[in-house]
Amino acid sequence: MEPRPKLLSLLTALSLFLFLAALTVIFVYAPLEARMNYVQKVFYIHISTAWVGMLGFLAAAAAGIAFLVTKNLQWDIVELAAVEISLVFFLVAIITGSIWAKPSWGTWWTWDARLTTAAILELIYLAYLLLRQGIEDPERRARFGAVYTLVGGLSVPVTFLSIRLWQTIHPAIIGTASAQAQGGFAMAPAMLHTMFFALGTFSVIFITLLWHRIRLGRLAHHLEQRRLQDAE
Amino acid sequence: MIPFEISIKYLIAGYAAAFLILGLYVASLLIRWHSLKRDLETLEKLQSK
Repeated sequence: MEPRPKLLSLLTALSLFLFLAALTVIFVYAPLEARMNYVQKVFYIHISTAWVGMLGFLAAAAAGIAFLVTKNLQWDIVELAAVEISLVFFLVAIITGSIWAKPSWGTWWTWDARLTTAAILELIYLAYLLLRQGIEDPERRARFGAVYTLVGGLSVPVTFLSIRLWQTIHPAIIGTASAQAQGGFAMAPAMLHTMFFALGTFSVIFITLLWHRIRLGRLAHHLEQRRLQDAE
Repeated sequence: MIPFEISIKYLIAGYAAAFLILGLYVASLLIRWHSLKRDLETLEKLQSK
């Protein structure tokens, strides 16, 4: 296995620095929201993790297409890495959203269009991880994964647009919210800057983790190939 | 307005949950990496014998 690239070490250090900087910006620079008080600061983590989660699921679909076109198993490793990390980030988004909802809506969870589509999205990709483990042949597993992430990717725009397509109590922070939306707030410029800084930071963290996870996938693939050669 | 005591409680819960999940994931990456490296070394030792 090749040694860790210097760029990856730099990216890891940058991610850590940006993460600490984002926390400083959230707690020092961003103003307190008038109605929600301190709990509104959860919003920056919630929206950033949801953003990279959805982006990662789309990246997995793109890797799936790349595999179907090239038949190169490296794309399967990229696809699996993107799905796994996105699942983690999207889980954070769901849980922080639920924690934000409790004081805002008075409940941890409601079967609202956005929450339901988000839960379905998470379950779709959780099933992907479980199902692909049952396929031993790497080629078949990769083909299955590519088709699955391609079809599963359709649920990403549905989840993203759900607050605009259906009546929902989930606020649309940017753009027009439903008349029933609750817990929304007008963004002050400093809040907007903080949100974009957090989005950028989490995007860098996602890329760093993706690269680490791809290296892990390559090592696992190398080991699997060695074991298969031994068995023959 | 949500009272300070309630607001701060949910703020801590939100950040604790996020840190815990992300921290556990990073730890799982490290554990899996070292475990695979160990497996590969064992396999190479067996093959050299």
